[in-house]
Amino acid sequence: MTSAIRDAAPARALPRAALGEWLKRRGKWLIILPPLLFLLVFFLIPFGFALVISLADTAVRVPPFTDILSVSPDWHINLTLNLGNFKYLFTDEVYGLSYLYSLKTAFFSTLICLALGYPMAYAIARTSKSTQSVLLLIIILPFWTSFLLRVYALEGIIRETGLLNTALLWLGVVHHPLQIMRTTLAVYLGIIYSYLPFMVLPLFATLEKLDHSLLEAAADLGSPPWRTFVDVTLPLSMPGVIAGSMLVFIPAIGEFVIPTLLGGPDNLMIGRVLWDEFFGNRDWPVASAVAIAFLVLLVGPIALYQHYNTKQLES
Amino acid sequence: MENRISPFLITILCIGIAVLYIPILVLIGYSFNASSLVSVWGGFSTSWYTQLVHNTQILDAAWLSLKIGVVVSTGSVILGTLAAISLVRFKIFRGRLLLTGMVNAPLVMPEIITGITQLLLFISMLHLFGWPHRGFTTIVIAHIAFCSAYVTVTVQSRLAGADRSLEEAAMDLGSGPVRAFIDTTLPGIAPALASSWLLSFTLSLDDLVISSFVSGPGASTLPMVIFSKVKLGVSPDVNALASLVICLVGVCVLFAGHLMRRTERQRVLDAQMAER
Repeated sequence: MTSAIRDAAPARALPRAALGEWLKRRGKWLIILPPLLFLLVFFLIPFGFALVISLADTAVRVPPFTDILSVSPDWHINLTLNLGNFKYLFTDEVYGLSYLYSLKTAFFSTLICLALGYPMAYAIARTSKSTQSVLLLIIILPFWTSFLLRVYALEGIIRETGLLNTALLWLGVVHHPLQIMRTTLAVYLGIIYSYLPFMVLPLFATLEKLDHSLLEAAADLGSPPWRTFVDVTLPLSMPGVIAGSMLVFIPAIGEFVIPTLLGGPDNLMIGRVLWDEFFGNRDWPVASAVAIAFLVLLVGPIALYQHYNTKQLES
Repeated sequence: MENRISPFLITILCIGIAVLYIPILVLIGYSFNASSLVSVWGGFSTSWYTQLVHNTQILDAAWLSLKIGVVVSTGSVILGTLAAISLVRFKIFRGRLLLTGMVNAPLVMPEIITGITQLLLFISMLHLFGWPHRGFTTIVIAHIAFCSAYVTVTVQSRLAGADRSLEEAAMDLGSGPVRAFIDTTLPGIAPALASSWLLSFTLSLDDLVISSFVSGPGASTLPMVIFSKVKLGVSPDVNALASLVICLVGVCVLFAGHLMRRTERQRVLDAQMAER
């Protein structure tokens, strides 16, 4: 009787000990796997699906494209790849033109954001700690507010009967209301207005860490302030400049809301073309091909951003 | 240092902040305009707000967006925190680089690309497995994918700065690693979790592009309804609705900022106590 109990106890303890041992060695996977698998399935693998569908053909059915892999009755697996969608991107010039136009718009908007954001970040970094936190909050608040609503708010200012034109007419600066809505200028204003906080925040993060003794040393050695800025401040803040510029540049290329609401028919950015291809023409294979081609061109800027971002996190 | 800011810098800073805020303030101001002509001031009135209450399309969309927001931010905080723990605590594991990339990529990926690829996944999954039907479920999944990235980044920096000596002491006294983490480190990062919950909520509440792609017929979120109205031009009832959403988001962000600042102060205090 007693020996039976004695024998049973280790037998019961054994699985528990084994479980404990297993948890000790492999338990970390219980933490790593859920986010890893979720992002893998719902973020990364979708790109694979887009690639596959970009190689399919349009079909009148649900979903509106052909299967790439098909199994014939005699168990032969057929792989039908259709490169026509990618060829189409080069033959129809609307894709190339809208992509170049998006690049141009994003590039100049980024430059203007940098020109406006750098002095702002620099000024914030120079204030006292308590002022800093208030100013940062002021910058962060619009950062989280939706683009849609902020673009809509901007429309209230720049449209024909908006605040800007009312003020200019009242002051007698102009005699007819300025046409800003549905022009290229409106798209630029929209992007700069929406993305400015994305530029200021990373710039502030690097400028705040700037070692002031270096600036004092340069001044002591007789360097004029502008020289100190060019030789010391600017090179040291490069990681912030690049991170901020990429945070503006990359999403601005794919911007959809701003050119749609503020731009005219000429402001054909790639995001709008993609949207129309999907919801208007319902040509999913071509839209996937546009998205894949777009993504390939973004790999460089994204890699650049990741590189400087990790560098900044490590320091 | 503080007294050497040039007037030029202060001017630019003021212009920048004015540029960021004037349109929003004007929008909120005009939402109280009694006149239905958006450019003429017809006196103070809250009639556009009372009209919203009777608009079932907007109420349905708002309710859907709030439900999605709550589920998304809860799911994002869980997944994002797990990802942050993985990246901070387990220095070497297979897939670390992959996880780092997948956590950072959604922050810069143009929404339109994420939206299209996720839609294609959901369509193919529905075709193959009969799940998920486009609507609530797909919007929640798509939002968690990008919101959890923001959670990870926020919690990661907090966790990396957390003092591990208490946790090690708990483990020396016989606590298991999970128990020790929950008892010592978790309370320290709890405000960061709460603030990333709020931020995920605002991100989800605001998202238009990804929702538009992955949503199905009959499931219109608040931004989708606003977008379809805004395309027709500026109107007073949208002014009122937009002001409400902006204020809700503003409160969430301010509260999140307050939580983060409080933990920061607490950490500085703790560090000072430890030095004594």
